[in-house]
Amino acid sequence: MLEIKNLHATVAGKEILKGVNLTIRDGEIHALMGTNGAGKSTLSNVIVGHPAYEVTEGSITFNGQDLLAMKTEERAHAGIFMSFQQPIEIPGVSMTNFMRAAVNARYQALGREPLKSTDFLKLMREKRALVGIDNKLVNRSVNEGFSGGEKKRNEIFQMAMLEPTFCILDETDSGLDVDALRIVAEGFNKLRTAETSALVITHYQRLLDYIRPDVVHVLLGGRIVKTEGPELAQKIEEQGFDWIKEEQDA
Amino acid sequence: MRSEQQYIDLYETQRDLICRHSVPVLNDARAAAFAAFSRQGFPTQKVERYKYTDVAAAFAPDYGVNLARVNIPVNPREIFTCDVPNLSTQTAYIVNDSPAFEPTPFACSFAQAAKDCPHILEQYYNRLAATSDDAIAALNTMLAQDGLLVYVPRQQRMERPLQIVNILRSGVPTMVNRRVLIVLEEGADATLLCCDHAMDNVDFLTTQVVEIFCGANARLDMYELEETHTLCRRFSNVYIHADRNANVSHNSITLYNGQTRNTTDVHLQGEYAEVTLNGCVVADKNQRVDNNTLIDHAVGHCTSHELYKYVVDDTAVGAFAGKILVRPDAQKTASTETNANLCASPDARVYTQPMLEIYADDVKCSHGSTVGVLDEASLFYMRQRGIDEAEARMLLKFAFIGQVIDEIRLQPLRDRLHHLVEKRFRGELNKCTGCALCK
Repeated sequence: MLEIKNLHATVAGKEILKGVNLTIRDGEIHALMGTNGAGKSTLSNVIVGHPAYEVTEGSITFNGQDLLAMKTEERAHAGIFMSFQQPIEIPGVSMTNFMRAAVNARYQALGREPLKSTDFLKLMREKRALVGIDNKLVNRSVNEGFSGGEKKRNEIFQMAMLEPTFCILDETDSGLDVDALRIVAEGFNKLRTAETSALVITHYQRLLDYIRPDVVHVLLGGRIVKTEGPELAQKIEEQGFDWIKEEQDA
Repeated sequence: MRSEQQYIDLYETQRDLICRHSVPVLNDARAAAFAAFSRQGFPTQKVERYKYTDVAAAFAPDYGVNLARVNIPVNPREIFTCDVPNLSTQTAYIVNDSPAFEPTPFACSFAQAAKDCPHILEQYYNRLAATSDDAIAALNTMLAQDGLLVYVPRQQRMERPLQIVNILRSGVPTMVNRRVLIVLEEGADATLLCCDHAMDNVDFLTTQVVEIFCGANARLDMYELEETHTLCRRFSNVYIHADRNANVSHNSITLYNGQTRNTTDVHLQGEYAEVTLNGCVVADKNQRVDNNTLIDHAVGHCTSHELYKYVVDDTAVGAFAGKILVRPDAQKTASTETNANLCASPDARVYTQPMLEIYADDVKCSHGSTVGVLDEASLFYMRQRGIDEAEARMLLKFAFIGQVIDEIRLQPLRDRLHHLVEKRFRGELNKCTGCALCK
């Protein structure tokens, strides 16, 4: 379970988050919507521990652990995964070596023996089949020369390999055509277990047609200003955010 | 006292001893070399080609020189069972500056060559070094007493690569003057793997002069790997002469060292000759690596490729200066030069100076250099996947340098070097523990 209390965070000295409160229980999918610059990506970056963001107040606990005291990689080992809005290209580092390092680091943190080479390659094959990613991509450098759709699918592949318990999908739908969006969303749904919880950041209803949220939040001006059921996303799709702003101002 | 004076005194007082333990061809070249060295002394850092290396300081300490050729008690075969997995080689050992192996089909000591094929020594020895007007080459010529000859006659081909294992072995600070002459006659084909190792934890100063003659249509593939320790200073001058349609690839890999200066001069003297110079440098702590190259396109229709990559960490300093000279008659020259550098710590420094000097008008030349730091976005991405920071940094450094290792034509050596570089970045190769190409 993820619990965020009164979270304030700055980037380059500018306060972006101004008291966020959010609780996500095991198995729940929460959607986070909001205008550009509202702080959605800041929130996800703070959860995963991006070094450029500074938390000035508040707390985040994950399954009882003080997340803010943990390094980025320790948070990953604890089961937190972020699907990047813009996945990074790493020329010269093969997907295989990248994944081997990631999987074995997690195993080590969990006190397990690293996978034998043959077992690792077998795992790669299985997960590749599960998310339908081409062998050619896996043999290339990380994300290098991948199309937008391939990059997002590769994020889901990595998720499959690492089996996180809490996922952040940071605008996974951006830059995807309808078919690619469906494939990526279906991939995520296949990987979900009863315990997997997620924070889905999006501008549009469309992704939420595939990944159905239990709760929808609206983040405006660095605070969560509205929390309702899935129907809120539909209403935002139709009417935008202005009515929420007006409610706030009133 | 000026740094060069002790070498002048050494020569003047020990001339007879030096000559007595050497061969006529080497002795014949000494007087002129001594005159050249005495005249110019060590280059200061005001000399363009030496601006990044303080030569006089490196040569100032008092090193022992084994002029009486006292036998060094080492049986290299007992220490090294040299082998790159899946690569069968012939092995030649040089202990300090003395060849220590039985003659093989294509390699022998100068002492042996003076008996078997003196005309080759006479025809080629010191031809390139003498004209270079370089103080270190002159010093080496003045003091060298033996050396290694690699001679591949017309149209002959080395079936197996020749591995030259250079072993530094001494109980006291020692200066070594190593000399190598490589002659490939017309249509000859050779692959050479050279590696430098230091067996004892004392100061070593090595001067090395390698002269390479690559005849028409000959092909040479050469790898030099330095894997010594932080007390080793290496001054290496490699001179390459390429005739018509010759193909030369020279790869210099500095994996572990103290202070290194590699001068590589290539003279493309026959049309359609092609040269590839690759360099790979990994340096940290207080290590120094200075690569200075010259590719002289003297005639037309020649091709040169040059790629040097450095990863420097801690307070290490790297320098690269590469000049491509295209002379007026060298029309249809094609040349590329790239130097890319990664500074992995805020205190690491790299100086880079790619140079093109073109006097012909119908040529295709490019040059470029970069100095960068590890990409923060990539580091964060990897850490989010659970890879700890040290490992993420290692992967990025490895990826950066991997490009130049991928250029190596010999697959078993390429695999071996990938493995060694990874070990190097993991800190598992922090002193010379024996031959890198072995074990």
